[in-house]
Amino acid sequence: MSSRDRDWDGARLHVVTGKGGTGKTTVAAALALALAAEGGRVLLVEVEGRQGIAPLFGVPPLSYEERRVAAAGRGEVRALSVDAEEALVEYLDLFHGLRRAAGALRRFGAVDFVTAIAPGARDVLLTGKVSEAVRRRSRPGGPHVYDAVVLDAPPTGRIARFLDVTAAVSGLARVGTVRDHADQVREVVHSAETVVHFVTLLEEMPVQECLDGIAELRALGLNVGGVLVNKVRPALLEDSVLTAAAGGVVDVDALARGLQAAGLPEPDGLARRLSGEVVEHARHVRMEREARERLAAAARPCYDVALLEEGVDLAGLHRLAESLRAQGAV
Amino acid sequence: MSPGGAPVLDVNALLDDPATRIVVCCGSGGVGKTTTAAALALRAAERGRHAVVITVDPARRLAQSLGLTELDNTPRRVPGTEGDGSLHAMMLDMKRTFDETVAANADAEKAAQIFDNPFYQALSSSFAGTQEYMAMEKLGQLRRSDEWDLIVVDTPPSRSALDFLDAPKRLGRFLDGRLLRFLGSPARSGPLRLIGAGLGLVTGVVARVLGAQLLRDVQSFVGAFDSVFGGFQERAEQTYRLLQAEGTAFVVVAAPEQDALREASYFVDRLSAERMPLAGLVLNRTQHVLAPDLSAARASAAAEALETAGEHPLAAAVLRLHTGRVRRRDRERRLRDRFAAEHPEVGMVEVPARPEDVHDLDALREIGRALGGSDSAG
Repeated sequence: MSSRDRDWDGARLHVVTGKGGTGKTTVAAALALALAAEGGRVLLVEVEGRQGIAPLFGVPPLSYEERRVAAAGRGEVRALSVDAEEALVEYLDLFHGLRRAAGALRRFGAVDFVTAIAPGARDVLLTGKVSEAVRRRSRPGGPHVYDAVVLDAPPTGRIARFLDVTAAVSGLARVGTVRDHADQVREVVHSAETVVHFVTLLEEMPVQECLDGIAELRALGLNVGGVLVNKVRPALLEDSVLTAAAGGVVDVDALARGLQAAGLPEPDGLARRLSGEVVEHARHVRMEREARERLAAAARPCYDVALLEEGVDLAGLHRLAESLRAQGAV
Repeated sequence: MSPGGAPVLDVNALLDDPATRIVVCCGSGGVGKTTTAAALALRAAERGRHAVVITVDPARRLAQSLGLTELDNTPRRVPGTEGDGSLHAMMLDMKRTFDETVAANADAEKAAQIFDNPFYQALSSSFAGTQEYMAMEKLGQLRRSDEWDLIVVDTPPSRSALDFLDAPKRLGRFLDGRLLRFLGSPARSGPLRLIGAGLGLVTGVVARVLGAQLLRDVQSFVGAFDSVFGGFQERAEQTYRLLQAEGTAFVVVAAPEQDALREASYFVDRLSAERMPLAGLVLNRTQHVLAPDLSAARASAAAEALETAGEHPLAAAVLRLHTGRVRRRDRERRLRDRFAAEHPEVGMVEVPARPEDVHDLDALREIGRALGGSDSAG
């Protein structure tokens, strides 16, 4: 697709996880746009029924049907919301020729039952659909239908269990056919084509979860991708100013002179109030730097995803995608 | 302050009222539920209540600030609180709570049989909804013990705020469901045969997909479990009624962001549909502006003038910083006002974002003060 050397060349399934509230859906969407930018066809998938993708692209709610949601350069992004019930019906149809059983299954609440009785079974159905999209070819031996698949995955606290499908079902369903299905999913998830990216904020809890999650996935032998630091604000002040301000010291006189030169009224009072904002900002930056230092322990490439002050929309997503490409991620 | 004309959530009155016995903090993931729950409980304790806070998965340093070093499912006294009240805190251990509940309701032999069952092991550690159900179970236990006059609970991190209300019922319905009863019946004979071919087809498919061994595990589990719990559904409904009871108050926590407020909005509607007592909304971590008279447009124009002249770089940078803060606050206010217009009856209180993480009681106290309305930051 590209002559440039990117960090995740070769990856076809990008799993995006992160603590709740870190903005992983936004980052997954930006990543999908970035991957499509050079002419690729990319599928963006959500699996928790949250309908988080549709509003970002300004399209109606997604269904169990792949639909184009955005053009990106010469490429395009399609999106899909995978639902365990639909996936079970499709699975029974494809693998067992049991489509007619679907009605009865629904009537007796058997889908809930199957997915509840073996919690891993639900995950296998969801990852099974994703794996199918990754492997799908236009014709036998032909090219892949999707150049890349981006999965807006469950949060960090559940990601290991979600992806470790074999363990999920082997404990319970030791002999059923879902077990065989899991083995196929395992092959895709553990292949060199799959990487798991972590979205975090520069705050204590998200960073901790990110580090824990990375260690957990490594222990399972899964490929950890990059760390995507979300909601990064541009550095406005010089380091020396920040260090002093974090200690409560701001050159209020210099600030007042500047405000006066800019023609603002009551420069002295204004400078005092604004210096309070500078101190808060500097302490926040200090906390963020500590968080960033802790992230270094993961020894993974980090990418910055800028805070969109005005909220997330399609134009903003394109800016984030461009920035991910500029940072050499994809 | 009355944000955007919405009624104010009077946290002090809520915490001081001896009739308030349970406060449930709910909201979507990452909005600061746990911190809010801890700050509410501390404030209540320091205003004279004997409070206990049940937390689920607290940040390490927050846990340390509460003196919690291990997850042992027992409320521990939090040292260093002021005043005549007291504060206890505990971290929920879901599996342990489930095990204790079984042990308390079954004789030793039956309990051992349940613990050994592979299906129970999966159910108690990974069933979607067990954590929510066990948070409720623990809440019920603490309420019945009557050792505290106020219980503050933090709800489990779930994909949506609504899971907290639905999961216990789902678990109850599942354990009481007719499919499970059918599977649990000793022999597939007698009147059950009359249910017809549909159910037979379904169990056939289920057995094929999941394997017959699993179904046998489930059958023996249901056999042992049923005699212990009578109706699990009934139990789930009991805990649900506890939430509707007088003396319970729900506090919905939301970040001033579109997604979190949309979830909060669903949750508020749902609470009202279920006749659950809603105290109000905590708008958490709002952008704080110390020089509110200087608008974003004016600050940005002034910064540009200084940058063009190449003078006073400090003032120019500080004006840019201020511009960003004001824009962010304005955006948050638009979201807040939209929520207030959709829910004019819901009281609201804002807690400004702190520049640093919470790791001691002082920081929790400060959040408590903001919750109590004594922070007038614009």
